Amino acid sequence: MKWRYFKQNLFFVTVRLSAFIIALSIGAFLVYIFMNGIGAVNWDFLTLPPRDSMTKGGIMPAILGTFYLTAGAIIIALPLGVVSAIYLSEYAKQGPVIRLIRIGINCLAGVPSVVFGLFGLGLFVVFLQFGSCILSGALTLGFLILPTIIGASEEALKGVPQTFREASLGLGVSKWQTILRIVLPNALPGILTGSILGIGRAAGETAPIMFTAAAFFTAKLPTSIFDEVMALPYHVYVLATAGTHIEETRPIQYGTILVLVALVSGIDLIAIIMRSYIRKKKRW
Amino acid sequence: MLSDNIIEIKKVNFYYGASKALTDVTMDFKKNKVTALIGPSGCGKSTLLRLLNRMNDLIDGTRVEGEVVFEDRNIYDPNVDPVEIRRRIGMVFQKPNPFPKSIFNNITYGPKLGGVKNRSELEALVEQSLKQASLWNEVKDILNQSAMMLSGGQQQRICIARALAMKPDVLLMDEPTSALDPVSTAKIEELIEELKKKYTIIIVTHNMQQAARISDYTGFFYLGKLIEYNPTEKLFTTPDVKQTEEYITGRFG
Repeated sequence: MKWRYFKQNLFFVTVRLSAFIIALSIGAFLVYIFMNGIGAVNWDFLTLPPRDSMTKGGIMPAILGTFYLTAGAIIIALPLGVVSAIYLSEYAKQGPVIRLIRIGINCLAGVPSVVFGLFGLGLFVVFLQFGSCILSGALTLGFLILPTIIGASEEALKGVPQTFREASLGLGVSKWQTILRIVLPNALPGILTGSILGIGRAAGETAPIMFTAAAFFTAKLPTSIFDEVMALPYHVYVLATAGTHIEETRPIQYGTILVLVALVSGIDLIAIIMRSYIRKKKRW
Repeated sequence: MLSDNIIEIKKVNFYYGASKALTDVTMDFKKNKVTALIGPSGCGKSTLLRLLNRMNDLIDGTRVEGEVVFEDRNIYDPNVDPVEIRRRIGMVFQKPNPFPKSIFNNITYGPKLGGVKNRSELEALVEQSLKQASLWNEVKDILNQSAMMLSGGQQQRICIARALAMKPDVLLMDEPTSALDPVSTAKIEELIEELKKKYTIIIVTHNMQQAARISDYTGFFYLGKLIEYNPTEKLFTTPDVKQTEEYITGRFG
């Protein structure tokens, strides 16, 4: 009897500890970034371009660049991903072809991001002659986050009760209208979750944009989607590895990371608020 | 062909993949009458019901042989649009399934997509449908609230009103009261009595007392076959087939 209690308690302690370790490491990571980065962040840092071989000044072009690239990636991947998910979950008849497509999507999710970068370089930059620019980078990042968005959207679509579809179809409403008016609106919270994950990934990646969009340094702000841009993760990479003043720019590196984390968290927060608002309206 | 038949099923076999769910079923449904389909679980009565507005199409790997004639047309003819059929033959399901929308929008959802755009026309339709489902007095002041907030019985009547708003000829009901309490069940049964003046009702029920109370005709199914089909009073008092008698007296099932 006592031995059984002991085993039970041991189990509880273990699971609780695991959860605490995860929370603790995220907390420690955030505190560390904040403590090291906050000193560099001020109004000028956020609003001015870098100067003096990037050892001084701000990171405004990189903030803007990351914003454009992330937004572009979502604009490309969200419609494509949601439409693919609709096909897979609502229309496709299960069979070898569909299984192959699913395997393909899963493989895509496991491809290292630098491979996406090379693929983008080959297809968009060189073959389609877009050059290194926002468009090429956004397309590459879009493909990178596509599996995440398809996966989350498909789960969300499958989560809509079958009885809703039956009710709508039973009223003599076509399948397409049923998907548009009933299934999709009720799957929206889950689709948003997928987008949140996608945004975080797209904003933080360095390798896919290294060859396709990111500039080492440009003080000029982009005026079209065919302009090269600076980006936050690439800026950190450049300062930390390729510059001649690596130690000197340490505070700028931490500051840039802090801004990147804040930017992604901010976008996430907006999506989470939107999701809980929609969920509250659609209770079943 | 007798003119008082609205649907005629002729020699229908139905398969889910390799397994046969209905064998050689032939039966007619009379206009403006309530027909009940009874039988033990898995006997094919729900399958038959869903065959009548092609809801079985939604399941992969199903196959139909024979004819289901509605208004001189076989609804399984390749030229027939199932969407069109479902507008004329409405359905109420076992579990109340209102949409997570307001009461008003639940009722107008079908008609709107069917082409009714005029606001006052839609409002009139909502009032008329809810009155037909004897729900108007309970909900007329809360039409903009979510239908999900209503009780189970009220939700089922919303679903009936929603089906009626499409102005169907036939109403199929798949065990509409099995998820409801006795009071709500009694209300739905009263409602069916009222609705048969305008509509043809075909109802699947597990509850033999219910079939005896509300229906004019009853079909007894067993193992995918129609065992006996007779006026309800006859089927429950002097059935032709021994199996029917055994089932209604509770000796098996």
